[in-house]
Amino acid sequence: MADGSLRKIGRFCLIFCKQKKNRTEGGCVCTATKIGRRGSGGGRERGFSTTTATTEEKRSPQQQHSQGNDNKKSSNINLFTAINQALQIALDTDPRAYVFGEDVSFGGVFRCTTGLADQFGKNRVFNTPLCEQGIVGFGIGLAAMIVNEAAKFRYRSGNQFNCGGLTIRAPYGAVGHGGHYHSQSPEAFFCHVPGIKVVVPRSPQQAKGLLLSCIRDPNPVVFFEPKWLYRLAVEEVPENDYMLPLSQAEVIREGADITLVGWGAQLAIMEQACVDAEKDGISCELIDLKTLIPWDKDTVVASVRKTGRLLISHEAPITGGFGAEISASIVERCFLRLEAPVTRVCGLDTPFPLVFEPFYLPTKNKILDAIKSTVNY
Amino acid sequence: MGFYLSKSRTVMHNLKPKLGSLGVMFHQSSGIASFSHHQESQSGLIKNLGAGSCNRPTLFTIWRSEHFKAEKQLDCKQNSGGPQISDELAVRMYTYMAMLQTMDTIFYEAQRQGRISFYVTAIGEEAINIASAAALQLDDPVFPQYRESGVLLWRGFTLQEFANQCFGNKNDNCKGRQMPAHYGSVKHNYFTVASTVATQVPHAVGAAYSLKMDRINACSITYFGDGGTSTGDFHAALNFAAVMEAPVIFFCRNNGWAISTPVGDQFRSDGIVVRGQAYGVHSIRVDGNDALAIYSAVRAARQMAITEQRPVLIEALTYRGGHHTTSDDSTRYRSAEEIEWWRVAQCPVSRFRKWLEKEGWWNSDAETELRASLRKQVLRAIQVAEQVEKPPVADIFTDVYDAPPSNLHEQETTLLETIEKHPKEYPPNFSC
Repeated sequence: MADGSLRKIGRFCLIFCKQKKNRTEGGCVCTATKIGRRGSGGGRERGFSTTTATTEEKRSPQQQHSQGNDNKKSSNINLFTAINQALQIALDTDPRAYVFGEDVSFGGVFRCTTGLADQFGKNRVFNTPLCEQGIVGFGIGLAAMIVNEAAKFRYRSGNQFNCGGLTIRAPYGAVGHGGHYHSQSPEAFFCHVPGIKVVVPRSPQQAKGLLLSCIRDPNPVVFFEPKWLYRLAVEEVPENDYMLPLSQAEVIREGADITLVGWGAQLAIMEQACVDAEKDGISCELIDLKTLIPWDKDTVVASVRKTGRLLISHEAPITGGFGAEISASIVERCFLRLEAPVTRVCGLDTPFPLVFEPFYLPTKNKILDAIKSTVNY
Repeated sequence: MGFYLSKSRTVMHNLKPKLGSLGVMFHQSSGIASFSHHQESQSGLIKNLGAGSCNRPTLFTIWRSEHFKAEKQLDCKQNSGGPQISDELAVRMYTYMAMLQTMDTIFYEAQRQGRISFYVTAIGEEAINIASAAALQLDDPVFPQYRESGVLLWRGFTLQEFANQCFGNKNDNCKGRQMPAHYGSVKHNYFTVASTVATQVPHAVGAAYSLKMDRINACSITYFGDGGTSTGDFHAALNFAAVMEAPVIFFCRNNGWAISTPVGDQFRSDGIVVRGQAYGVHSIRVDGNDALAIYSAVRAARQMAITEQRPVLIEALTYRGGHHTTSDDSTRYRSAEEIEWWRVAQCPVSRFRKWLEKEGWWNSDAETELRASLRKQVLRAIQVAEQVEKPPVADIFTDVYDAPPSNLHEQETTLLETIEKHPKEYPPNFSC
C-alpha cells in the first residue's frame, strides 16, 4: 500500500515508523524527510486562526485538561516547532522510538527534527538514503518486529503480526509557489485504504496533540502536515505531553444555517468565509474533521440535522476527493433533512499549476458564493 | 535469455528481435559464437556445442550452467572438507526435504482436483528450503516470498496447519483471508506471505535493525527470486541494509524463471551476486541444489551478520522444477525436456539421498517406509481440513484495525441482515 501510493504522489514524505513491544508500551518513531522547498510562506495573505475565541470559551473543563491547559506552561510557537516538540516527547517517553528519513539529522528541510539527533544520538535519529519506498518498507519491518505493506499487515496475518507502531508524516498542500509537486494534497489516495488512519491537523496546538496520539495509536497512521502553516501558524501550545483523540471531529465554530466541513490549512480560509457570511446574516457551523479515516460521521450528522445544509471544502481536486465520501455518507443519512444539495468547493481537476494558483485554489470568495447559493437554494 | 557478451552491442541489437525463450548467445571464449532459435533442432544444437552426451540439457540450461557456475563468482569461499553435520541432522534434513516434496505433490494434485483453489510448489528448491532453515535459529525472523514453505515446515508448522490455510477453514491462523500457500506464523517467527513481490525485503532490513538495536543474538533472513531483484524494493533494501549495518541475510533463489520471464529478460548483470557487491554487501554464490553447500553458506552468513552486524547476500543457483503456480502451464514457454532434465538429473532431494546412502545413514527400506508414511500424513491432513467449516463471517471485519471502527460495525450489521434475508445466495458452511 504505502509504497505504491507514495510513489504515485511522487516525492514528498516525512515518515515516522514506530515499533511496539507486546509487553511494554514501546514506540519507535522514525521520520523521513524528502527534499521540498522551504516554504517561506510567500506573499500570499492567508489569515490564520486556529483555536478561535469561540472555541476557547466553549471548551469544557475536561477538554481543557486533555488540551493540557491545566496550569501547565505554554508558549507561542509555530507548526514545525510544535511538531518538533511532539517528536521530542515521543523519543523521550519511549526508548524504542526512532526518527529516521531524508535529512532528519541536521534538522530537516522544514526544521521539524531540529536538535533531535544531538539529544537522542545517531542510533535513534538518523538519515536514510533517498528512497521513500525503502524508508516505508524499512519502517514497516522495524514497527512489526516485536509484536511481529502497512495497511494489510495485521489483517493478512490474522492479527499475528502488525505494524501498528508505524506513523508516516508527510507535508502536504499548497504553499504559494509549489507548482505541481510541492502543492499536492494526496489524502484521498490513502483514505481509500482500509487498515491505515489518516489525520490532518489544522494548527500547532492541534498538531502536537494529534501527532502524539498517532504515534501511540496501535495502527499505522499517515499524518499530513500543512506545509503552508509550518512557519506561518503561530499560537499558544502547551509545553507538556498531551494527546488529542483520533476519529473525533471538532465543531470549531457554531452556527445554525449551514454546516461546513474541512481539514488542515483550508479551515482558515473557510473560517474567513464564515465571518463574511455572518455579515450577511448567515450563521455558519464549521467542523474540523481532523481524522479522515476512520471519520467521525456522528458529529457531522448531528450538525447537518441541525442546519440542513452541508458544504465541504478541500484543496485536493474535486473528483474523487474525500469530500465525495462525506457527501455520499451524509446524503444517505440526512436525505430528508437536507434543504439543498451538498456542495463541494475544491481544487480543480488538473495538476496543480504554478502561476494559476490563485485561480486553482478553493478561495474564500468561492466558498462564500457557495454558502449563499446553498442557503438561497 | 541471458547472455554474456564480449562483442559489440550492435551485434546484439541486430539479433535481439529473434531471441525467443531458448535463444542464446555464447561467450566468445567458450569457442562458440552462435545464435539459435528455439525452433532449430535439438540435435543440431548439441552438435554445435560439441557436447558428447545425448543427455545434455537444452541450450538454456547449458548456457546458464556455464555462465552462472558457482566457482565463477568473484568472492568464492572454498569449503575444505565440507560442513560437519551429524547423521542425525542429515537424516532430519532429508526427511523434511521428502516431506516438502510429498506435500507439494499431493497439494498440487488437490488443486487440480478442485479441492483447493490455488497452490505454489517448491519443486527443485527443496535443498534451499530445508538446508537454509536448518542453518538458522528460531529467533531469526523469516520474511519469505512464497516459495519457502519448507522453512516453515522445518520450524514445526504441521501438515495440518498447512492444509488448514490452503482450505481457508476456521482453524487457519490467517482466518481464511488469503490465497492458499500464504502462510504465516508468529509462533514460528515466520512473517505472513504476501503476493506482492519483494515487498518483504525492506521489511527484513527494518526488522534486522530492531534486532541490532535490542542487541538480540539473531539475524533476519528474507527470500526472493531472480525476478524480485528487479524491483525497487530490492535495491532500496540492500542499500539501506548496508548503510544501517543491519544483520540481515538476503537469500536469492535464482531459479531461472520469473513466471515466463527467463533470467536473460530479467537482468544483464552477472546474476545477483554482483548486485550485493555493488551496494557494499558481502555476497556469495552457491549451488542451490546442494543441501550441504547451502547449509554451510547460511551458517557462515548468519555468523557474519550477527558478529559483524552487517548484511550478507546469498545467491543460490537452482531451477524452478514446477510451474510458477497452479495458474501457470510452463510448457507454454519452456520445453518439457528442459523441465524433465532438471527434475530428474538435478533433483536436490535425490542428490542428498545419494550422499546419505554413501555415508551409510540411509537405505532403500528407510526410503520406502518414509515415503509411505509421509503420503499418509499429507492425505490425512487434507481430508481433515476439507471437513472443517469456514471461519465466521465476523472475521471479515476484524483486524483491519486493532479494533473495528464504527463504519465496520455498520457494515457487519448490514451484511448479516442481508445474509438472513437471502440465505440461499450465500455459501453454507460459514458460521455467522
